[in-house]
Amino acid sequence: MYTTKKECVAMLLAGGQGSRLYALTHDMAKPAVPYGGKYRIIDFPLSNCVNSGIDTVGVLTQYQPLVLNDYIGNGQPWDLDKQYGGAHCLPPYQTALGAEWYKGTANAIYQNIAFVERYAPEYVIILSGDHIYKMDYNKMLEFHKKKGADATIAVQTVTLEEATRLGIMTANEDDIITEFEEKPKHPKSTLASMGIYIFTWSKLKQYLIENENNPNEDKDFGKAIIPNMLNAGEKMVAYPFEGYWRDVGTLDSLWEANMDLLNPNIPIDLYDPDWKMYSRNPIMPPQYIGADAVIENSMVTDGCSVNGTVDFSILFEGVTVEAGATVTDSIIMPGSVIKSGAIVEYAIVGENCVVEAGAQIGARPETIENRDDWGIAVVGHNITISADAKVLPKQIISENI
Amino acid sequence: MSSNRSVLGLIFSNMHDSTIPDLTKERTMGSVLFGGRYRLIDFPLSNMVNSGIDEVGVITKSNYQSLLDHLGSGREWDLARKIGGLHLLPPFSHVQSGMYRGRLEALYGVWNFIKTSNADYVVLSDCDAVTSIDFSKVVDYHIENGADITAVYAKDVITSEQAQNATVFSINDDDRVVDVLLNPHISGACNISLNMFVLSKEFLKNIVLEAASKSLYSFEQAILQGRTHEYKIMAYRHDGFFCKITSMETFYKANMSLLNSDNRSKLFPENRPVYTKVRDNPPTKFGIGASVKNSLIGDGCIIEGTVENCVLFRGVKVGKGAAVKNSILMQDTAIGAKCDINNVITDKNVKISDMRMLTGSQNYPLFLGKGAVI
Repeated sequence: MYTTKKECVAMLLAGGQGSRLYALTHDMAKPAVPYGGKYRIIDFPLSNCVNSGIDTVGVLTQYQPLVLNDYIGNGQPWDLDKQYGGAHCLPPYQTALGAEWYKGTANAIYQNIAFVERYAPEYVIILSGDHIYKMDYNKMLEFHKKKGADATIAVQTVTLEEATRLGIMTANEDDIITEFEEKPKHPKSTLASMGIYIFTWSKLKQYLIENENNPNEDKDFGKAIIPNMLNAGEKMVAYPFEGYWRDVGTLDSLWEANMDLLNPNIPIDLYDPDWKMYSRNPIMPPQYIGADAVIENSMVTDGCSVNGTVDFSILFEGVTVEAGATVTDSIIMPGSVIKSGAIVEYAIVGENCVVEAGAQIGARPETIENRDDWGIAVVGHNITISADAKVLPKQIISENI
Repeated sequence: MSSNRSVLGLIFSNMHDSTIPDLTKERTMGSVLFGGRYRLIDFPLSNMVNSGIDEVGVITKSNYQSLLDHLGSGREWDLARKIGGLHLLPPFSHVQSGMYRGRLEALYGVWNFIKTSNADYVVLSDCDAVTSIDFSKVVDYHIENGADITAVYAKDVITSEQAQNATVFSINDDDRVVDVLLNPHISGACNISLNMFVLSKEFLKNIVLEAASKSLYSFEQAILQGRTHEYKIMAYRHDGFFCKITSMETFYKANMSLLNSDNRSKLFPENRPVYTKVRDNPPTKFGIGASVKNSLIGDGCIIEGTVENCVLFRGVKVGKGAAVKNSILMQDTAIGAKCDINNVITDKNVKISDMRMLTGSQNYPLFLGKGAVI
């Protein structure tokens, strides 16, 4: 076969359901969930790839792939429509031996060994579609090469509480990993895996095959591949990353990561011309801010029409906020309409929803007596909240009310 | 559009450059910025695409670097095609082409391109009219009436100044053009030509080749005026929102007319999107202390001051405590803190330092050229 060799190929795990995002991932995979006014979560790893000079990305899809497939298309918005390489969606497939789903993160890569080998890479970078961050993967690759590592794991220092939900490792002063524990009950360190791995491909391939042939093992990087390599004495190093990195796997963290964009003290800058974030842009006229609008501390994009009050909020494309409506501390996803007199506070409203006049979604924390009762209110996609209806804090709405 | 007839679109990007010399100093009429994120050519081009025309030639003359940059391969208009698609037609691209003086000469210059098209009909459009129009209906009308030429017009009340750059039709009861006035000294209610025409390719061939042999170059003078009674020239009335850009004043008013929601919904109907080049700007950010009223705003702006009755293009910055009113700020304009800006048009990349005060008048807005630093 005529091949064009690529030094490093990216494999992006995008098949996850994201069950902790509930109503928002009912019809779409987690990486397709809207973020930051005109992006979807997957724009971050994809843009990072392009900005890092990685032009071959396999996107592993499985759960509800329609929106994601449509969004990625031929990869053109990220400059990933290439004669050789580019973006490829890789769903599970049938073989002569039968068909099976991706049984885990490692199995998903295992099933696509043939895809990777088309490009005969030295290295493979494994990414996930769950995080918001800007990172130069090329620097990490240089680190991997300089250390002569077999595997490099990007790490960040987290709190002890967060450590119980993440892959935690111990590294010596040469950044060599000595211990790794997936979601430990009693973490020995606060160095957490960011879910970004670079492997020397020949090594990874070997461990993927061994893992596949062992019926007693989980088919997962954190549970099997990483510990197996560590136990076998492969050289594994931790790559410390200092910048902004947020998991958006829960409704609260998704809301917080959006609000981070409005906080000038938090270092996630979408306006940096040297590290552009790309996305599939909607074809809509510019936003219109009406004569009665009061708008501050917010991000708003094309196709929006705002005539009400918007504060500390993010409006995605084509959102309408009518005169007399109030949206504060909230995220309104594409195409939704907030009608006159409706109040949306501390809430996430999904795509193409209609919040009728006088409806109320969410509440400010200071108005709730018992703080345990307070949380972000969430309305799923394509839902109508009828006039004067109330959605309480912490409520998750997945049907019209 | 029905598949049993094919239509070629031809856009004249440089016609009317001289009407707004400030804005066309470094660009064509077609690449003049408009409406917060567009260039004028986006309107005829999107109209053609939305009317099912998938083969478009863009005729340029001079100053066309910004136009080429904007159009690229035509992908954003779905015109990066194997069959048909976008064709850029600069002067001197064929033996007989050069610095044309008028539409007929320009068409003769690109005749080799037109000749190879399989189209039966040709839609000609300039870039000076901003509107949403379905050309397939104009072609239907042309065929139904057995016309030689169909000219699109709109009813409008114009000032004598606007008439200076207008073609005005007299139309009889059968909607036939009976008289054509070029840049007349009149005012009031008129049938204004929108400079959009439909002809069969065969008819176009006859008049272009004949004109070339007689050294005639002006379509308006030699054909519309000169042959009014010889040819069947039908008038197609286009209703709905439109703006004709004939001067700096009309350019300003046309942009401001988009602050009216009724006009916007007519220019940007949901099923007829206006395509333009994607710039990958982040959303617009409204800072603490921002106050924005009645304004049209492109993506990627950072607004920390007051903005009222304005059109802001992509990537504009308005500093803290600044007040910008009744103004058009084009792409990447930066207004410093505590500035006071009123009735001003800034071209691309204008930088205004802190505490400056600039005021134009309503019928003569102050214009700051591309890259000006104040």
